[in-house]
Amino acid sequence: MIYREAGTFRTTYRADQAVFPIPQDKAFVLGLVAVAYLVVPFVMTDYFFLAILIPFLILALATLGLNLLVGYCGQISLGAGGFMAVGAYSAYKLVSIVPETNLVVAWLFGGVCAAGVGILFGIPSLRIKGFYLAVATLASQFFLDWMFIRITWWTNYSPSGSATAPPLDIFGWVVDRPVEKYLLALTFAVVFAVIAKNLVRGRLGRSWMATRDMDIAAEIIGIRPMGAKLSAFAISSFVCGVAGALWAFVYLGTWEPLAFDINRSFSILFMVIIGGLGSILGSFLGAAFITLLPIFLNQVPAALGLPLSTAMVSHLEFMIFGALIIFFLIVEPHGLARLWAIGKEKLRMWPFPH
Amino acid sequence: MGPFLEVLIGGLLTGVLYSLVALGFVLIFKASGVFNFAQGAMVLFAALSLVRFLEVMPLWAALLGSAALMVALAVVIERVVLRPLVNQEPIILFMSTLGITFFIDGFGQSLFGSDVYPLDVGIPKDPIFIAENTFEGGLLVDQVDLWAAVVAGLLVLVLALFFQRTRIGRALRAVADDHQAAQSVGIPLNQIWVIVWSVAGLVALVAGIMWGTKLGVQFSIALVALKALPVLILGGLTSVPGAIVGGLLIGAGEKLAEVYFGPIIGGGIENWFAYMLALAILLFRPQGLFGERIIERV
Amino acid sequence: MRSWKVGTALVGAALAALGAAPASAQTEQFIPHLVYRTGPYAPNGIPFANGVADYYNLLNERDGGINGVKIVFEECETAYATDRGVECYERLKNKGNGAPYFMPLSTGITFALMEKGTADKIPIVTMGYGRSETAAGAFFPYVFPIVGTYWTAADIALKYIGQKEGGIEKLKGKKISLVYHDSPYGREPITLLQARAKDYGYTFDALPVTHPGVEQKATWLQIRRNRPDWVLLWGWGVMNSTAIKEAAAVGYPRDKMIGVWWSGAEPDVEPAGEGAKGYNALMLQHGAGQYAVHRDILKYVYDKGKGAGEKDKVGEVLYNRGLVNAMFSIEALRVAQEKFGKGKPINGEQMQWGLEHLNVTAERIRELGFEGMIGPLKLSCQDHEGAQIGRIHQWDGKKWNIISDFIEADRQYIHKMYEETAKKYAAEKGIQPRDCSKVS
Repeated sequence: MIYREAGTFRTTYRADQAVFPIPQDKAFVLGLVAVAYLVVPFVMTDYFFLAILIPFLILALATLGLNLLVGYCGQISLGAGGFMAVGAYSAYKLVSIVPETNLVVAWLFGGVCAAGVGILFGIPSLRIKGFYLAVATLASQFFLDWMFIRITWWTNYSPSGSATAPPLDIFGWVVDRPVEKYLLALTFAVVFAVIAKNLVRGRLGRSWMATRDMDIAAEIIGIRPMGAKLSAFAISSFVCGVAGALWAFVYLGTWEPLAFDINRSFSILFMVIIGGLGSILGSFLGAAFITLLPIFLNQVPAALGLPLSTAMVSHLEFMIFGALIIFFLIVEPHGLARLWAIGKEKLRMWPFPH
Repeated sequence: MGPFLEVLIGGLLTGVLYSLVALGFVLIFKASGVFNFAQGAMVLFAALSLVRFLEVMPLWAALLGSAALMVALAVVIERVVLRPLVNQEPIILFMSTLGITFFIDGFGQSLFGSDVYPLDVGIPKDPIFIAENTFEGGLLVDQVDLWAAVVAGLLVLVLALFFQRTRIGRALRAVADDHQAAQSVGIPLNQIWVIVWSVAGLVALVAGIMWGTKLGVQFSIALVALKALPVLILGGLTSVPGAIVGGLLIGAGEKLAEVYFGPIIGGGIENWFAYMLALAILLFRPQGLFGERIIERV
Repeated sequence: MRSWKVGTALVGAALAALGAAPASAQTEQFIPHLVYRTGPYAPNGIPFANGVADYYNLLNERDGGINGVKIVFEECETAYATDRGVECYERLKNKGNGAPYFMPLSTGITFALMEKGTADKIPIVTMGYGRSETAAGAFFPYVFPIVGTYWTAADIALKYIGQKEGGIEKLKGKKISLVYHDSPYGREPITLLQARAKDYGYTFDALPVTHPGVEQKATWLQIRRNRPDWVLLWGWGVMNSTAIKEAAAVGYPRDKMIGVWWSGAEPDVEPAGEGAKGYNALMLQHGAGQYAVHRDILKYVYDKGKGAGEKDKVGEVLYNRGLVNAMFSIEALRVAQEKFGKGKPINGEQMQWGLEHLNVTAERIRELGFEGMIGPLKLSCQDHEGAQIGRIHQWDGKKWNIISDFIEADRQYIHKMYEETAKKYAAEKGIQPRDCSKVS
């Protein structure tokens, strides 16, 4: 009833190939973006911006990047944290060598460096598959972690081995209020989501998906596996690198390599899976699930006035979070995005099923 | 020559300790195709339960208690997680074991505490020195590691016998080969999974005892799983002997690299070196040294 | 359908909790406390958190708060993860009348909060950890590495070695190795140890242990081969006990090992059993044991059943560190109350003034019941460290015994290093240091 495609006629190829062929979808997404830009900045508190929305958006961006690789191209990677670190440190390095660099340029440069490293560590994917590849990509994670701590050039020989971002000045706009940081992160997330959405609809995206579904078959129909896989590694790492630079510059300010350690890689992969492999929307849902749910669970007992110890609260948080992951996988193994799609199917009938 | 042999022996023995953790992964992957992210958490859970049981009961009872707990855990996991997710893609099952990890971590800590608990099951800890006449100062061998190697050897022997000689073992191999075919000839898939996860739980208990003796039982022993991963892919995800050989290679390789190559580039390289070594070998054998050959058809 | 209802109820509850906290009464002082009672570092985090909680409870139970202002403190679990720490900070910074200070007890969280604290005008009190150069208060107005930094620690360790060898000049030609956690935390002392190697003429080498440090065979076999005269240990969590065990396994004499003050508590030595006998560690002035304040805590807190931990763990090293840390912070809060209104809650900016004018004399320490644990501490605008002394204690298999007098680090030398490094930081961030002669 609410959500109906009937009456939507497409008379041109253009209309048929639109990003959102269904008007409701289009309205919904545009509405969401409009709310994020026009309403959220005025109603939310600083706590929401700094502790919830900014980390969520940046991690969603990283998840989006990894989803291109894992979800669309089928190459399981546990190197996202390492690629984020490459983005963060090379952006930092560029800014400290050439202080006049615009920060956006620096972040994109971080992404480019990450893409280069991504291609390098993506080469084994031509031979290795599945979980073997997943574990093999950990080599990059551990190596990069080690490199950023060992080679002090990366941190300008700072005795503590930590790096500090300069003030955020973008085209003369000094980003220091929480709202501004939020808008910055949001803009990056939206822009990259649009790019990604279009990328996966195009030739490149289709070649990735063919490779994912069966790489030998894809090769037979004329897709070069090397091109498809390495381009997926490059673009995915690029997005992860930009996300890493944002994580360091916008969210943390001062950081150590442990900010991009193996737990970060694992959690981003899990965001991809729980959100939905091969889904742009799923990247956002997955990031929300993995980053926000524990914080939320952690605050429930206090909100309900339960007198539990801090330790007990966090043990409960662990248990419930774990149980919820399993619960959602059982309900819908293909991720939250699929759940959303099913919800839309249901809405089509509602309130008059059959 | 002396120091070199010492590092080599130390590395090989450490590798066996990695193998103990890797074995649990292999068993589960072989029989149910699940890449079990929770193996580290299971090692921790088993060790924690054992060390807390030891406070109130003798060793044999505590061992029995922990073993029973691991079997119970296997039953619950099969019933609650695996059965509803039968026939799902490997990556989904992998994700579900993350849920299990979180749950076990929270459950174990709330039940048994988050502190560090020294574990002493009577394994001698003093180092011994061999070949003292040949080398100055002798070659140092860690007794805990030596015991771990013995235990690991026995474990592999028992597992091999179990797989080759028993009815259940044959059924396990059938399931590992092909779920559907096994089921169609009347092998109860669910029971087999319970058995496999129980065995993996018991292996986790053994690994927990060894690592707990080394480090004291605390949350960090769950992180040992990260050292087992390169062992796993090097040896092959489906091969029990592969886990042992992989462990030996990784252990010796990373220690030699750290001692002889590390100082040149600043040290601290053993973590990534282990993974790089595994990666390099995978480039030649994508299924690991002993893994089943991956045959793909269109 | 039912699950939806439960879900909605939970969402509602949480939203209520996340919204602005109700304004607290004028007679309450809200204090946030970041803890880690779970996760890999829990064995070290728990006693510290208990010490802090017990001290706050003691003040409430015995004195009725600070000058009549009751302390309301809230713990927030970080599990040692940086992003959870930041979330906790943001959640708690505006609660009550605003958080007066934060004590993160983690290098990563400290890094992330340094600038946030400065921007929000909330002091970050990092007693005995964090970046060493933050002691230069002119550059870091809101970071307070009170009682000692890692450079101070390393210098004290060298002085102690000098004493043992029979004079600092005897260090010439000696071999000193540092076994460190491969992270900014562990790397911190290297700068000083390298600089000092030139002055004193010892050979120095650093052996990194990769996080989390569960496997150190290669490191200790190298030590067995090189046979350094002294080994300094800069570890945290499981790395410490593993290092001590491996040292025992390769037969390196434990009494030639000196751990930093984060490598010298009960969870670090107890898992190593007999092997830890003779192991030394720096004390952040205080060690283990019970003093006058502990008697009060047992009487006013534990006997009333309000203790945060187990009774027999009162007086452990990290528990005492929690106590001392809470004590200094509260003393600074008192100073702030003197200036901004006795009997009123204090906010971060006022607290910063209090900290910079903190002067805890020996007499005051006796009054507070900390005599024997800690020496006087005086902070100023230039100096956010206050004291640069430490002692050494040794584990005898059962308990820690203090085996040295107070040793003072070379103040001038280290302050010069602070200044130089802080200047570099200021240049990078484009900040102007305060002129401390003009700060009242």
